[in-house]
Amino acid sequence: MARLNDDNVRLAIETIARYPRPRSAMIPLLHLAQEQDGHVTNEAMAHIADLVGATPAEVWGTASFYEMFKFEAVGKYVVNICGTMSCALMGADELIHHAEERLGVHVGGTTPDGLFTLERAECQAACTEAPCLQVNYRYRFRVSTESFDSLVDDLRAGRLDGEIPAHGTLATVRQQIPAGRGVGAVAPESVVSNPDWFDGKAAL
Amino acid sequence: MTTVDAGSEAIPAPESDPNAVSVTINGRTVEAHKGEWIIAAADRAGEYIPRFCYHPRMNSVGMCRQCLVEVEGPRGPMMVVSCMTPVAEGQVVRTDTPQVKRAQEGMIELLLANHPLDCPVCDKGGECPLQDQAFSHGPGESRFVEEKRHYEKPIPISEIVYLDRERCILCDRCTRFADDVAGDALIQFTQRGNNTQVMTFPDEPFASYFSGNTVQICPVGALTAKPFRFKARPWDLEQRESTCTTCSVGCRTVVQSSRDEIVRVQGVDSDPVNWGWLCDRGRFDFQSVNSGDRVLVPLVRRDGALATATWADALDEVATHLRGAGASTAILGGARGTNEDAFMWGRLADALGCTMRDAQLDDGLPAEVLAMPQATIDEACSAATVVLVAPDLKEELPVLHLRLRDAAMKKRIRIIEISAVETALTALAWRSVRCEPGTQPEAVAELLTDAAVMTQLASGSTVVVAGRANLAESASHTMSAVESLLAAAPAASVLPVLRRANVRGALSLGLAPRDGRDAATILHDAAEGRIECLVLLGSDPLSDVPDADLARRALAGARFVVSIDAFLSPSAAHADVVLPAAVAGEKDGTTTNLEGRVTGTAQKVTAPGTARTDWMIAAELAEMLGHDFGVATLVDVRRAMESGAPGWGEATSRLANDVDGVVVRRAPAAAHPVRRTAPGARNSHEFRLVLARKLYDSAIATRTSPALASLAPGAGIAVHPLDLERIGAVAGEPVRVVAGERAVVLPVSVSARVPRGTALSPFNQPGADIRELVRGTGALDVSIEVP
Amino acid sequence: MSGPSGTWQHAPGFWEGDRPRIVTSRFAHADSHTLERFLATDGYAGLRRALAMPAAEVHGEVRTATVLGRGGAGFPAGTKWGLAPEGVWPKYMVVNGDESEPGTYKDRLLMERDPHQLIEGCLIACYAAGLSQCFLYVRGEMALAQERIATALNEAYAAGYVGRNILGSRFSLDIVLHWGAGAYVVGEETALIESLEGNRGMPRLKPPYFPAAIGLYGQPTIVNNVETLANLPWIMRNGASAYTAIGTATSPGTRMVAVSGHVARPGVYEIVNGTTTFRDLIYGDEFCRGIRDGNTLKAFVPGGGSAPWFTPDQLDLPFEASRVGPAGSMLGSGAVMVMDHTTDIPRAALTLTRFYAHESCGKCTPCREGGTWLERILSRVVDGRGTMEDLDQLMEVGQSICPGDFPHASSSDLGLAAVPFPYKMTTICFVGPSAFVPVHSALTLFRSEFEERVSRRTRIPVRAVAP
Ligand SMILES: Cc1cc2nc3c(=O)[nH]c(=O)nc-3n(C[C@H](O)[C@H](O)[C@H](O)COP(=O)(O)O)c2cc1C
Ligand code: SF4
Ligand code: FES
Repeated sequence: MARLNDDNVRLAIETIARYPRPRSAMIPLLHLAQEQDGHVTNEAMAHIADLVGATPAEVWGTASFYEMFKFEAVGKYVVNICGTMSCALMGADELIHHAEERLGVHVGGTTPDGLFTLERAECQAACTEAPCLQVNYRYRFRVSTESFDSLVDDLRAGRLDGEIPAHGTLATVRQQIPAGRGVGAVAPESVVSNPDWFDGKAAL
Repeated sequence: MTTVDAGSEAIPAPESDPNAVSVTINGRTVEAHKGEWIIAAADRAGEYIPRFCYHPRMNSVGMCRQCLVEVEGPRGPMMVVSCMTPVAEGQVVRTDTPQVKRAQEGMIELLLANHPLDCPVCDKGGECPLQDQAFSHGPGESRFVEEKRHYEKPIPISEIVYLDRERCILCDRCTRFADDVAGDALIQFTQRGNNTQVMTFPDEPFASYFSGNTVQICPVGALTAKPFRFKARPWDLEQRESTCTTCSVGCRTVVQSSRDEIVRVQGVDSDPVNWGWLCDRGRFDFQSVNSGDRVLVPLVRRDGALATATWADALDEVATHLRGAGASTAILGGARGTNEDAFMWGRLADALGCTMRDAQLDDGLPAEVLAMPQATIDEACSAATVVLVAPDLKEELPVLHLRLRDAAMKKRIRIIEISAVETALTALAWRSVRCEPGTQPEAVAELLTDAAVMTQLASGSTVVVAGRANLAESASHTMSAVESLLAAAPAASVLPVLRRANVRGALSLGLAPRDGRDAATILHDAAEGRIECLVLLGSDPLSDVPDADLARRALAGARFVVSIDAFLSPSAAHADVVLPAAVAGEKDGTTTNLEGRVTGTAQKVTAPGTARTDWMIAAELAEMLGHDFGVATLVDVRRAMESGAPGWGEATSRLANDVDGVVVRRAPAAAHPVRRTAPGARNSHEFRLVLARKLYDSAIATRTSPALASLAPGAGIAVHPLDLERIGAVAGEPVRVVAGERAVVLPVSVSARVPRGTALSPFNQPGADIRELVRGTGALDVSIEVP
Repeated sequence: MSGPSGTWQHAPGFWEGDRPRIVTSRFAHADSHTLERFLATDGYAGLRRALAMPAAEVHGEVRTATVLGRGGAGFPAGTKWGLAPEGVWPKYMVVNGDESEPGTYKDRLLMERDPHQLIEGCLIACYAAGLSQCFLYVRGEMALAQERIATALNEAYAAGYVGRNILGSRFSLDIVLHWGAGAYVVGEETALIESLEGNRGMPRLKPPYFPAAIGLYGQPTIVNNVETLANLPWIMRNGASAYTAIGTATSPGTRMVAVSGHVARPGVYEIVNGTTTFRDLIYGDEFCRGIRDGNTLKAFVPGGGSAPWFTPDQLDLPFEASRVGPAGSMLGSGAVMVMDHTTDIPRAALTLTRFYAHESCGKCTPCREGGTWLERILSRVVDGRGTMEDLDQLMEVGQSICPGDFPHASSSDLGLAAVPFPYKMTTICFVGPSAFVPVHSALTLFRSEFEERVSRRTRIPVRAVAP
């Protein structure tokens, strides 16, 4: 597994078509690759380069800019504990220490069973629910050391399988533009005038 | 630009700017052009603003923040980056306030924070903008006591370039160049923030034809080139401005030497030509000058073998044969030498009554292309339409490719391309027509029925870039296509694609064929024993003539062969006398580029052994034959050119202070009408062959330059993926390529850039020689078999 | 931790009190994100009214309402739309849902809890400003928001609210859900555009790249924040005058503010713009109900991590840019972070500086090098390994990022007069200066804490990882 598989190529082509420039689909396609393999492989980047008309180096340049893309295998669950201001004020550092002890790995490490990767994340836009964390980008709020432990237990026992997919899967719902309903990508070179509804008269 | 129409008077360049604005920089009022950046206006006014990321030939990014200045605004002075803030009428700029100084010092301190300061072992030390500006605009000491960023020390990112990420200051110059200018986005910023670093994709090297430019424009020692690493310290270098003679673009250079050895060539910014860029072949093939394979003394064939001889003996032998041969002497070559060389050889030929001369080797367009209305590079880059009936310019005239690419990217020109295979400009073309080899005239005829094309051609000036795209077909197809284009587009002109540096100078100064007796005819005559003395003036027919068999028979058939060359090329090895020649870098002179621009070439080092310049050899031979041209020095040659070569004489006398040179135009003597050779009907099972040049091939200067020698792709043949499937071949495996009863075995590859039914093979490559199949016909059809 | 992951959580008092609710009116309903609930509560009525008017009139209505941008800069939306050049087509809309400013938490709620309201806002804006395609850029880490918006868009397309001939009118528009992959700086509008073009999210220089003139693919592009757009349906339903009747003339309407940190009842509140004061918010009964555990207030950040800090001296300032700016800070993105007297100030400053250093895109020297340098010095100080010179050096490095006087609040304790916002900067965007903001505020207002840390050389033990 490395290049995008046939299903994902189909999704990729559909995604690319939504944008005036194929390259705009680069990040969504990288997510697709990460969903497929758990991380982004070199082969996938080269494949994406082909699909969007860029060089592999350009895909690598873009991909490596963003925090969420992993280029080596990570745990099934990436646990991101927020350590920015509001969470720090509410004990994030202590929670991170606890998590390190509980999981037996430093921040950045993956447990030997390949289940957990622990990360210290930046502000997750849940500041009023501090300290908070995300497991594969699913939130847990006002986390205490006890609730962290039971979260780990639940994940280990598979009790959250329905709710938290393996690392790589983001939204489980995708946008679908029905064939007859979509306008299609509006590329600069395809437009020579105002949209026809922008003519000084009401559209309805 | 100055233009001299040979024989007529010079046209003065109109230089008044309707877009002038006046701005005040540090209290002085200076003239600037509307839309130009403050930093450029300041440069011209002599107010230096420190900078790292700004490069006048690239889009500004304003990211190093070194060039901050203060501009008077409605709410007091504002700090702006001068590299990305345009001038405006009445603008008041200060580059010297305490606030600006503080910012400049602060920036240097921050840049040095993570810099390893390993200047003593850095190739850039002594010519390093960071070092210089730290001295002139820095705080003097660093207060950064933290541990610095660490990366693996220089890693090779290509066969030629090393990257030291610790020294990098992330100015985006190399990456911007690779991306925007060269179109080879193979190095990129990767990671983010403090960990940002320039890198290639894993296992995909920075294999760009232009990689050396990134080394030249790197403002620190982060990028270094293998050929110069640890060769010399910059302050030990001596240098002279010159012109690259690797191809006919004629990029301006500076040749640098240390202890009488050329160690580096750098690009010089000539506005009408190269904008400071060079291709890697032109930049690094100076290595061949230092090659141990140079011919150092004359060689004369004795008892079947070449033996060393004195100049006197060797010249004597040559003179004797020339005297005997008289008008049945033929001269091939001259395009690698200077204008002065060509002029003197032309005079010698005249003295001998020899009409058989050609500076090309049946591998370009006929000299008649120079009789058509001519265009300059600038004219092409500002034309409404540029029609390419030419080889892939990236492979043949790399810096012309950059100029046209830039013009197309900036939407200044529209490109119409007529080509058998996709080229590096196809993606930027407004129209790109695939046409089977030999059918260019039909393709043009069809194109001219397209109303949109006709409207486009009528919308402004048209420049036809014309060249020999396929060495396995007759040049006549291209010539007739160009003629129809010139007839259809009002005021169209031609920019000829000439392969070797001084084809134009040599053709114009006396080495053009007379009465249609071009290289092909001469070779046939030689093969049939009708040539008494064949002079190879820096030419190697065995390697360069498309029809290998013809070249072989010609060399065998000529009674006496003289080779004037720096290397014992395959053809020289067949000669009866070899005279060692000085090459570029070893002789002063001038050269004429493809547009007719005459620029200077400089002697920087002493020629090895007893090698002499071509013009000297001609002068001596003439004297021995009783024709005293009265030239003993280069000055004498130039004086002779003033009367003998209108335009060139005047041009050469003006060159001393003109980096951009002087355009001189004169059609070569006795243009000959072009005859069309029909391509012939084709068999549908066969492939029509395109034999095209690659930048790197077995050319002697490339082969003897260690940095480049390994870069030639090697012999092979490429077909469309579906064709590969049809013939049942496997990419990478050998196939038999058959034409009639001749066949060669080559590895096959696939390329979607080759249309179905066409096969593409690179010319003059190491490996099996596909030229064995070429027979000077209208077009060449081959079949491909899996052995 | 309670409830399933992703479920919106909040202190129950959130919807108490009878304040005007413009953008959070549906939040009390558990199914506020569904099309059904949306339609049952005036959903798409604003759009219908808009489409019955010529686009220019809709634009005029929004201009009159003076909807201040909620992304941080506070620029009025109607005015921004007017900056796009006429006669250049197509124009694009990019919705900024990349919410990542420390302390900021509102756009995610709006996307998760009322995605149709946002969609309706996008449609109204694109109609009014003549934009041809809309890209809804959601922060990468917000899986639930992406799901909710995808679901809402799918429903809306099927029901004819988005796509071709919306509501049977001549207006057609695609809204494309796009999402990022984790990079704070991408919230900056030009970086957002770079990112949407498939590039590294590095800001462009303004000028010349003002998105309204040269944005996505070089075309005129309007970038608006999620909350900004979420106001539009209400305005179209109730009229601009109803909107300006709330708040003050210069800051009309409401805004969402997240109050986090050491308050008794942290939460996101929709408050009246221009009149509500920080004291109301932090101590008010319907809001945060004071400092936790009866502690005392030490300092607060009034407008997201990039805003210079305030102390109790500034509590009576209202949410009004023209008052907060001269007082030395900014309202930014509607995020108040509260520190009580137990707060370790140097450490709090470090958290923020580390954030900005980590989030630097690396494009410009002062931010890339200076931010990290500040972080290094500061962590040394926090660890008890710093020197007094380090404290001066922090200010010196800051000078290379922000030359001249740096804004700060007044302090009655220290006898300090305020230096008004904004600052001068040597960087392209505000990330660089933001790394210096906490350092400067903390050092100016609480220098003694740093000196104490330095002179006592207290080391904070680093705990070992269990075997
Ligand atoms: C470093 C930086 C980060 C920003 N992050 C965000 C953000 O996460 N969300 C947002 O809406 N605006 C953000 N902005 C503001 C945007 O640049 C832009 O002003 C805003 O999206 C415009 O929308 P508005 O006019 O509706 O407020 C940020 C600005 C800067 C300089
Ligand atoms: S200030 Fe920082 S984040 Fe902003 S452009 Fe510069 S380097 Fe990037
Ligand atoms: S030279 Fe202007 S910012 Fe680098």
